[in-house]
Amino acid sequence: MSFSSRWAAFSKGLNDFYAGPYRKTFGVARRDEDDHFMLVVLAESLGVPDPAAYYTAELLPAVYEDFHDWHQRSGIPRSPLDHISCC
Amino acid sequence: MDSVILMLIGLAIFAAGYLVYSKYLGKRVLKLDPAFRTPAHEKNDGIDHVPTNKFVLWGHHFTSVAGAAPIVGPAVAVIWGWLPAFLWVTIGTVFFAGMHDLGALWASERNKGRSIGALAARYIGKRGSYVFLIVIGLLLLMVIAAFAVVIKDLLIASPTAVIPAWGAIPVAVLIGLAVYKLRWNLTAVTVVGVVALYALIVVGDAVPVVLPDPILGMSPGTFWIVALFVYAGIASLLPVWLLLQPRDYINGVQLFIGLTVLFVGTLVAGLFFGNSFVAPAINTAVPDGTPAIWPLLFVTIACGAISGFHGAVASGTTSKQLDKETDARFVGYFGAVGEGLLALGAILATTAGIQSVARWEEVYSAFNQGGVNAFVEGGGNIIEMGLGLPQSLSATVLATMAVLFAATTMDTGVRLLRFVFQEAAEVIGFKLNNIIGTLVVLVVCVALVFSQGVDGSGGLTIWPLFGTTNQLLASLTLIIVSIMLIRKRRNALVAMIPLVLVFIAAFWAAIVQVGTFWNGGQDTNWLLLILDVIIIVATIWVGIEGIAAMRRAANEPPEEEDADLTDHVTGRIPMVK
Repeated sequence: MSFSSRWAAFSKGLNDFYAGPYRKTFGVARRDEDDHFMLVVLAESLGVPDPAAYYTAELLPAVYEDFHDWHQRSGIPRSPLDHISCC
Repeated sequence: MDSVILMLIGLAIFAAGYLVYSKYLGKRVLKLDPAFRTPAHEKNDGIDHVPTNKFVLWGHHFTSVAGAAPIVGPAVAVIWGWLPAFLWVTIGTVFFAGMHDLGALWASERNKGRSIGALAARYIGKRGSYVFLIVIGLLLLMVIAAFAVVIKDLLIASPTAVIPAWGAIPVAVLIGLAVYKLRWNLTAVTVVGVVALYALIVVGDAVPVVLPDPILGMSPGTFWIVALFVYAGIASLLPVWLLLQPRDYINGVQLFIGLTVLFVGTLVAGLFFGNSFVAPAINTAVPDGTPAIWPLLFVTIACGAISGFHGAVASGTTSKQLDKETDARFVGYFGAVGEGLLALGAILATTAGIQSVARWEEVYSAFNQGGVNAFVEGGGNIIEMGLGLPQSLSATVLATMAVLFAATTMDTGVRLLRFVFQEAAEVIGFKLNNIIGTLVVLVVCVALVFSQGVDGSGGLTIWPLFGTTNQLLASLTLIIVSIMLIRKRRNALVAMIPLVLVFIAAFWAAIVQVGTFWNGGQDTNWLLLILDVIIIVATIWVGIEGIAAMRRAANEPPEEEDADLTDHVTGRIPMVK
């Protein structure tokens, strides 16, 4: 193992040691933020008038992947949108 | 010289414990399996469950469980002489704490990473889990109240620690800002942060801060306690990245440096300068009012020998991050050894570090008098002799270390107790928001600290109760581990022998303490008496439920080998490997 790779491993360990105890708190905060973002992107599809719909529509493909987890987390057991049949 | 020999014997016992006994536990009793799919992998969500490098995880586990307690406990207990404390710390770490911490980690691992509270509900029954809630709530309350008083005493006894102890807060905030806002490289920030912290120690040593009496109409002691609670309240409400996270981190780094300095100092001071014990091996002339060594020794040194709090951490967060089940041996058992090392350092500092026998007798003139201040004084002397740092500077290093540890435990404690209160409020049917919740926690804790007078002695007198409560929690964890082992028809004695001893010691101590708190007259300490009675009732409760559950486990047919692979919620056997 060369010195630089050892150093990189040490650095990574230090980062893990720094962030580890609070990973959960940060993870939850990020997930909440993502959930709000999802709500904004899907607003129009859910029947909420959204003046920015023209722009957010472009983002739809990007959020499809997380859609299933999102609607389940939000307390909706089945997909609320007809055009996305994830479950 | 004899202190070096004792240190080497202690290190050898810890090494043998890890290399031999934990290997036996891991291979033969718990049968740790490298192929077992740990909850970190099974439920990897990048948030709670994340497979983590074992060295990093050990660091987290160790710094989470190492508060001020492994220093305070041994520093008080050496009043009976260094030998009993040494024996209990070494034997306790190897056969009690190591087994307990490793066992708690394994039990949680085999139960989808669930916490001890949830395991109590599964193995002992629903009533058993209520005891857990009572015990953990009491424990947090005691930790917050007692640590406020410990820090206050330290700040008054070591005025040189005032600047570094409070200065660590802006250093932590700057680290948080540098890492998250400026995106600086963490390694560089760490180096700068550590240098800044030690620079503050040098400044603090040059400029001791002694508060005027009175200050803002309060005595200095009362003022520090109020200031600490205000700090803890604010810290527990701030975003974690700004203060708590960098503060815990820099503390962890400092703990490793401090521990190394203390051991190297002891080694050099003993080998080259002939430093030896001033305290007797067994103190036959203990001051009046000192309780009997049995059972109080076993509850006075809780962290550092066996501590129920470790089980709560091991099953609460550590178990969810274990990469391979076999890592549990290093993380769980060696985590207990790390705590044992800290306790050993505290014993050496308080018995070989004080300058003369006369001074030692003066410091230990009454029970609960020595404590953490003796550690600061003795450790400072040892480091001065061994490494040539001036005594006052080394004492400042140790005092800062002790203050920072107690303070981080305290602010985390306020946050955790707020969660407990919020959950309790939800059960009753209303919602406590964060600010009101924190206020409730602070009011309860401040009331407890000042319950014996404005000097805050209420916080310190509950320290002996901390030991009993903590050992009760340890018993609860050991009961669960024993039941699991009985169900699997493996050697359950490794858990049951420590269980019986710890349980009897905790129960006995709680009974003895009733006599101390209640004397029929006006001196009766009602608050402590009530708390003590709650603990005794909880202990009896745990005992009865535990024996019944163990008997059930022994009478049931043996558990199948793949029983742990069954999902306990759905009853299905998930796809493994």
